[in-house]
Amino acid sequence: MEELVAEAHAPSQLNPDAAPILEVENLQMYFPVRSHGLVRRVVGQVQAVDGVSFQLGAGSSLGLVGESGCGKSTTGRAITRLYEPTGGAIRFEGKDIARISPKNLKPIRRDIQMIFQDPYTSLNPRHTVGTIVGAPLEIHNLVPKDKVLPRVQEILEVVGLNPEHYNRYPHEFSGGQRQRIGIARALMLQPKLLVADEPVSALDVSIQAQVVNLLQDVQKEFGIAFLFIAHDLAIVRHFCPEIAVMYLGKIVEIADRETLYSRPHHPYTQALLSAVPDVRQAAVGGRRERIRLTGDVPSPINPPSGCRFRTRCSLAKEICAKVEPPLLQVGARHKVACHFPGELGHAPQTPVTTGICGVDAQGNTVAGQTADIQLNAPGYDTTWLDLATGQRTGA
Amino acid sequence: MTIPASEMEGHAVPPLGESEEGVAGKVAGRSPTQLAMARFRADKLSMISFYVSCFVVFAAVASPILVKIGVFDPDGLNQDKLNTDLGGIPHGAFGGVSWSHPLGLTPGNGEDLLSRLSFSMTYSLGIALTGTLITVLIGVVLGIISGFSGGFVDATVGRFIDLTLSFPQTMMLLALAAPTVLLIRKDVSELPLLGFLENPDLANGLFVVIILSAFGWPPVARVVRGQVLSIREREFIEAAKLIGASRKRLYFKEVLPNVWAPILVYTTLLIPAYISAEAAFSFLGVGIKPPTPTLGNILRDSVSWTTADPTYFFLPGIVLALTVVAFNLVGDGARDALDPKTHR
Ligand SMILES: Nc1ncnc2c1ncn2[C@@H]1O[C@H](COP(=O)(O)OP(=O)(O)OP(=O)(O)O)[C@@H](O)[C@H]1O
Ligand code: SF4
Ligand SMILES: [Mg+2]
Repeated sequence: MEELVAEAHAPSQLNPDAAPILEVENLQMYFPVRSHGLVRRVVGQVQAVDGVSFQLGAGSSLGLVGESGCGKSTTGRAITRLYEPTGGAIRFEGKDIARISPKNLKPIRRDIQMIFQDPYTSLNPRHTVGTIVGAPLEIHNLVPKDKVLPRVQEILEVVGLNPEHYNRYPHEFSGGQRQRIGIARALMLQPKLLVADEPVSALDVSIQAQVVNLLQDVQKEFGIAFLFIAHDLAIVRHFCPEIAVMYLGKIVEIADRETLYSRPHHPYTQALLSAVPDVRQAAVGGRRERIRLTGDVPSPINPPSGCRFRTRCSLAKEICAKVEPPLLQVGARHKVACHFPGELGHAPQTPVTTGICGVDAQGNTVAGQTADIQLNAPGYDTTWLDLATGQRTGA
Repeated sequence: MTIPASEMEGHAVPPLGESEEGVAGKVAGRSPTQLAMARFRADKLSMISFYVSCFVVFAAVASPILVKIGVFDPDGLNQDKLNTDLGGIPHGAFGGVSWSHPLGLTPGNGEDLLSRLSFSMTYSLGIALTGTLITVLIGVVLGIISGFSGGFVDATVGRFIDLTLSFPQTMMLLALAAPTVLLIRKDVSELPLLGFLENPDLANGLFVVIILSAFGWPPVARVVRGQVLSIREREFIEAAKLIGASRKRLYFKEVLPNVWAPILVYTTLLIPAYISAEAAFSFLGVGIKPPTPTLGNILRDSVSWTTADPTYFFLPGIVLALTVVAFNLVGDGARDALDPKTHR
């Protein structure tokens, strides 16, 4: 068994050539808001996820980061098809699973599994560990009944639990051990994609590293692709070579780890990052200004017009209220949704998106100009907008 | 009244270690049910009530056998032991208590009271238990379905509950008794396998069971629905959906074990309620008629002997009260044991 504070494994590396196992395109998940009373009319929509696109390579991992309520869990639950998405496509191994009927989902369940945030509610308190971890095998009829227990014990060993504890109940385990049980259950069907919804945020800091290491081990051993959801950038930095930042139902910036952490271009990412303690900066004695996000996250029922971040953005200008910034590719593996993208303190004076959106610098529509390239496709283009020159360039 | 279960818990059931490696190797796994049983056993009053209830159940089961082999004789008329001059009061003290009739005789008819009271348990408990079973079955199934599905299904079941609760139950009971029992005896008994319903006692008993269950299920459904509403939001339900669990599995393997506790408590409390309800029905003249004994019709007969034969008047009442109280305390004990958080 590990020591209490486990040593961190080496960070996972990006394999840019991995074939995409998951492509999410323009995913939308709206929840109807109903009036009270006898006739429960739909009076609005919670736009929990609104137009999210990304790509995830086989065996790779993508971090999904954002404040509470920005739609991370909803994205994860739509991808695992716990929810039926309102719109968009979820292509898993090339096949769109967004519209598959619940009846035909069963085979897909084997390939896409999830690790839940709360180890205290994600295990049925009335079932033994053996029942919980063995259930996937039983439901899918994968092995004869007498072979279930050996498989359960095998997997318990893999996740670092005593295989003899299979007849215990969840309440007899600590939070970290419970999370391992949840991981064992998810691994039982040998999935190709794991959605980990804040798998360690409910745990003690001393145990977080152990569980993250375990996840890294199983990822390497079984070649599982991860969608790793977290509400801060510290944990995903280690785990994910690629990271997407969400705000109010949309991805505002997505990039490989090095770019996102050293050259974030979106004011929101910069604010999130300023809250992460940076070891290197501490070493050279530098101090980073902490950017405080003021105000509350607006309601997803009635999000702000234009850029959804504008109510809390220090750079916001007229155009931000009128035109929604497209998710623009600004590097080989870097996209950002802002009219004024740039490194901290080096934001451009004029919006870089006028040509693409067909508007002038104030955000008014220009006659005869129409929106240019098709945006919001998952993955990256071979050419992108170079912010320094304002021209399209390639590698 | 009783020692709060939560205080007992600390001594009887020490909580297990919480540290990452805290669970020691040898302690056997104790399910929540086993923990609750330990708590129940630690409560004296609950245990006494439990033994009394067991005795009542034993009497109910054993009486028909004892009647058959001739130990009990609930409707043999011992006219020779009655004082005809006093209008049929039994000879001897306390309503004719003797070795052969430990609880005396019924005035007027001269039947053995012990036999009658014991045998009445068979019918009273039989009706109460059957009624409880059907009530809980209907309530649980409708409660789980309506709580889990929500939306239209939930709303429909909700309306149905309101409708049932607003029905004039007692009026229905009295008005429908005679025609319904007749229907059961004449027509329903024609159906295959239901021939036994020609027996008037069984037909009358069935009518009471139907009335009890038809009007008794809404509270069960409500309790279960409320529980299911909170349980279906827990992540283990989503986890079960994710591994491909069928609806049936979700209802009965994931949800049901988690609502067992309130169902069990409600069931144990429903039994005494139905025992007294059956007694009240018989008292009103609905249900099984003499000479077949039930707690209710013995009580009904005994009230006319209040002053003439007080033993006969009091004994059936005491037996009924004891039975109901004992079952109720078992229910209370079960509730405390299953949910140590509730304080009284
Ligand atoms: N089933 C639902 N019905 C209605 N609204 C919902 C539902 N699920 C989520 N929402 C709303 O959608 C928004 C996004 O929720 P989501 O749980 O995805 O956020 P999150 O990013 O996971 O936050 P957290 O970090 O708190 O887990 C929230 O405003 C939430 O209130
Ligand atoms: S588009 Fe405007 S409001 Fe939105 S982040 Fe960029 S500068 Fe801020
Ligand atoms: Mg969440």
